[in-house]
Amino acid sequence: MTTETISATEPSQQTAYDEMLTALRAELEAHERKSAKHRNLVIFAWSGDLDRVWPTFILATTAAAMGMQTTVFFTFWGLFPLVKNEVRITGENWMQKMMSMMNRGGTEHLGLSKMNFAGAGPAMMKKLADEHHVASPTELLEVARDLGVTLIPCQMTMDLLGLEADDLIDGLAEPAGAASALAEAQNAITLFI
Amino acid sequence: MSQTVTLTLDLKGLSCPLPIAKTAQAMRTVQSGELVEALATDPGSVPDFTAWCETTGNELVEHTADDGVFRFVIRKV
Repeated sequence: MTTETISATEPSQQTAYDEMLTALRAELEAHERKSAKHRNLVIFAWSGDLDRVWPTFILATTAAAMGMQTTVFFTFWGLFPLVKNEVRITGENWMQKMMSMMNRGGTEHLGLSKMNFAGAGPAMMKKLADEHHVASPTELLEVARDLGVTLIPCQMTMDLLGLEADDLIDGLAEPAGAASALAEAQNAITLFI
Repeated sequence: MSQTVTLTLDLKGLSCPLPIAKTAQAMRTVQSGELVEALATDPGSVPDFTAWCETTGNELVEHTADDGVFRFVIRKV
C-alpha cells in the first residue's frame, strides 16, 4: 500500500487502519514467540577432533550468551572430549581399553582432523591460539557449563566404549539417547558437527 | 546528565567468543536498567556486540573506538 492511499483516506478510516496494523503486529509477535525456533540450538557433537570440538564449544557458549536455550548431545567420538583430562585408560574389556589408549579422552588431548602429525599439529594450533588469546576448548567448556548449556552424553556410546559416569567431567546432564536429543531438537536450530 | 556505569569489563586481548560470553556472564550480576561498559580489542567485537544486543534486547547505548580499543556501553534490559 502506498503512502498516498493512506493519506487520502478519511480520519476514521485511518484509525481503522492503525488498529488493524496494531492487531497484525501483535499477532506477528505472538507467532514469533510461539515458533521460537531461533531461541533454541541443539548441536549433535559427533567428532572428537580438535578442529570440530573447538567450533562446537564456541557456538554453544555464544548461543547461551545470546540467551538461546542450548543443548549439546555428545555421541560416538564426540564423547571423548568429555572424559576428564586426568583419566588415562577407560573401558572394561581389552578392546575398549585399547581404543582409549589410541584415542585419549579429555579436552587437552584432542587431535586435528588434518595435519595432526602425531600431535605436533595440535601443539602448534594451541601455541597459535595462545598467541592470539583464543580460549582453549577446556576454558570454553567451563564457560559453557557456567552459562547453562545442557551437555548430554549419549548413553549408548558410553556403553559401547565402556565409559563410566566417573570417567566424565562434572556438570553434565543425565546420559540419554537419540530420542531425548531429537525431542530437544523439535523446535530448535540443529547442527551436526 | 549521563548515567554512571555500574560495571566495567576489561576484555582487551580476548578473542571470539570470550568478549561476548564474559559480558553475558557479567550481565547476570547487574540490575535491569544499569549500565555495563565493555572494553575490547577484538575487531570482530564491533559487529558481534551489535548483533548480541539486538538478539538479547539489551540496549547498546554507546559505541566508540579509541586507539584500537572498542568501548561499548550497554544498558541491561
